[in-house]
Amino acid sequence: MDQMLGYFLYAMSLLTMGGIYAILALGLNAQWGFAGLFNAGIAGFAALGAYTYALLTTADSPFHYGGLGLPLVIGEMVAMVVSGMVAAVIGAICIRLRADYLAIATIGIAEIIKLVIKNETDITNGPRGINKIPRTWEHLTEERFYSSWPMSMFNTPEGWVSFFDSLPAWWWQPFFAATVLVIMFIFYFLLERARLSPWGRMMAAIRDNEVSARAAGKDVTGRRIEAFILGAVIMGMGGALLAQHLRLIEPTNTFDPAKMTFLVWVMLIAGGSGNNRGAILGGFLVWVLWSGSELMIKGSIDVIASIFSDWDPAILQTRAGFLRMLLIGLLLQLVLQKYPGGILPEKRPAVSGRNAKRAGNRE
Amino acid sequence: MLEFVNFYFIPGLVLGCIYALGAIGVTLTFGILRFANFAHGEVMMVGAFLTWTFMDFMTGAGLALHPLVAAIPAVVIAIGVSVFVDRYFYRPFRKSSPIIVVIASFGMMLVLRSLVQVIWGPNQITFVKGIAKPNGAIREATSDMGMMILVPDKHLLIMVGTIVIMLAFNYILTSTRMGKAMRAVSDNPDLARTSGINVESVIRNIWVIGGFCAVAAGVFLAMDTQFIESTMGFRILLPIFAAAILGGIGRPFGAVAGGLIIGLAEELVAYPWIGDAPLISPGYKSGIAFMIMVVMLIVRPSGLFRGKVF
Repeated sequence: MDQMLGYFLYAMSLLTMGGIYAILALGLNAQWGFAGLFNAGIAGFAALGAYTYALLTTADSPFHYGGLGLPLVIGEMVAMVVSGMVAAVIGAICIRLRADYLAIATIGIAEIIKLVIKNETDITNGPRGINKIPRTWEHLTEERFYSSWPMSMFNTPEGWVSFFDSLPAWWWQPFFAATVLVIMFIFYFLLERARLSPWGRMMAAIRDNEVSARAAGKDVTGRRIEAFILGAVIMGMGGALLAQHLRLIEPTNTFDPAKMTFLVWVMLIAGGSGNNRGAILGGFLVWVLWSGSELMIKGSIDVIASIFSDWDPAILQTRAGFLRMLLIGLLLQLVLQKYPGGILPEKRPAVSGRNAKRAGNRE
Repeated sequence: MLEFVNFYFIPGLVLGCIYALGAIGVTLTFGILRFANFAHGEVMMVGAFLTWTFMDFMTGAGLALHPLVAAIPAVVIAIGVSVFVDRYFYRPFRKSSPIIVVIASFGMMLVLRSLVQVIWGPNQITFVKGIAKPNGAIREATSDMGMMILVPDKHLLIMVGTIVIMLAFNYILTSTRMGKAMRAVSDNPDLARTSGINVESVIRNIWVIGGFCAVAAGVFLAMDTQFIESTMGFRILLPIFAAAILGGIGRPFGAVAGGLIIGLAEELVAYPWIGDAPLISPGYKSGIAFMIMVVMLIVRPSGLFRGKVF
């Protein structure tokens, strides 16, 4: 029974983390898949969202600014707004130039965000990070929530304590995973609407042939900045959810570009850029591969260490982690060269189901 | 004044030399192959690790090699790696949109770094042991004149080495057939191809020159900081991109000027220009390159030396 519970909770954490990565991949799809904008600073936008959310929602703490203890939803909203505003500034500067410049600038802004987080220790607690970030559902068990409105309307604090004590310790896990998935589906639904709308078709036209789109009177720069902001807003939300899932964030390891930026790129390219379902599929698939290979590596290291007893398993462990990154990198090259469309290639022309037949789209 | 020269200006110049060498490769690939090569910093890092390995190996055999000697086989291998990566990971996309190659190079950045981490491990390795003493002769000579200039030998070597490489590079680019072919391809690849220039061999030469300068920059950086680690390539990537854009894409001497400006700027902003405190906290030193780059992209995207704008 305990083992079953273990599997169940592992599946829940896979779903949660996969969902967060799928949200980040959806955000990247709005930028790269829709508009052909190269964002190499996903980690930076996620960090912005995560830190904004953390500072606004944590309880008052002597280690960092605030926390303001605001409702979680407000923290999430502001995280999206802040991330979008930074994207607007970067977009206004770089988007009229070719995509390479945007790539360089976004990798730069990600480093700058990290630098600010590390250096402004009064606000962010620097490299030590922010702890005790409230997680949706689990936060209900914190005293500051159950002793105040609206929870205090239904029960006394003592009543809530005994109620939560009667639940198993992991009760919030399925609820949190479901919340992440619902948010992912909302973004999917909205992006799908955007893709099929005239706006989305205009985006594809601009991406595929900028000159003729401009000649047709489309506001190329304006549309691109819109797509860039849209993607960054979604990434900000992904960052806020990541902060909830981890509960402790710090600038260096949490927002390592290899794990955040690069992995999200592999997810989108492998799943199929331009296709929202592809982004979601890639997010879950690559995350399951990534997370599952950790178990496999652990198992094989035990085997190797028992055969070659003079090898230090701790060193093998760290080296194997890098080997995994190497293989993911080669996977990206393979997909790029052999299957440039990904698993679920983009469907063109972008028309909704009812009009698909008329437009000659085989579905 | 002396403090300014010894602790801000000379280190800035040395850092500038390192950035300049790195930026040459970036500006050549950006100008001629038309993509921003994100894996360039990793070639520098690979070169530094290979150099250390040769030094370590020879020390084991009882022979203390100078880093610049050990760098020679490292250069050969690193150029081989560059050409190999181009052949199998960039060339398949030569006909497609350049941004796909940027993704491929972004991936290669991670692949090369993880390869180094698998082989050498993720920890810092001491490159050269000991404290670098200032050059005695220069200190004597300048202190007789009333200003004691302290330059460690490693800094002298880096500056002289950079000047030598620059002069050789200048000769290749302006006076040899290969250099002229490179400039022709940079100006107009299609026209160069129709006039009988072998574009693929020009591209190979770009990787050779870019790889050489990158390894030189990596070894110089390792000599300066006296340690190597697997993230050194990534940390230097942004300043060398900034240097290439500042100087103008496709302008190697612009890249050199850009590298020197950015290296100097990074060190000089920490000088207490106003009052006693550093002008900008040293923690933000690595943000300066980005600031300069952003200002340049707003004011003049073609760079100081009228480079290309795509």
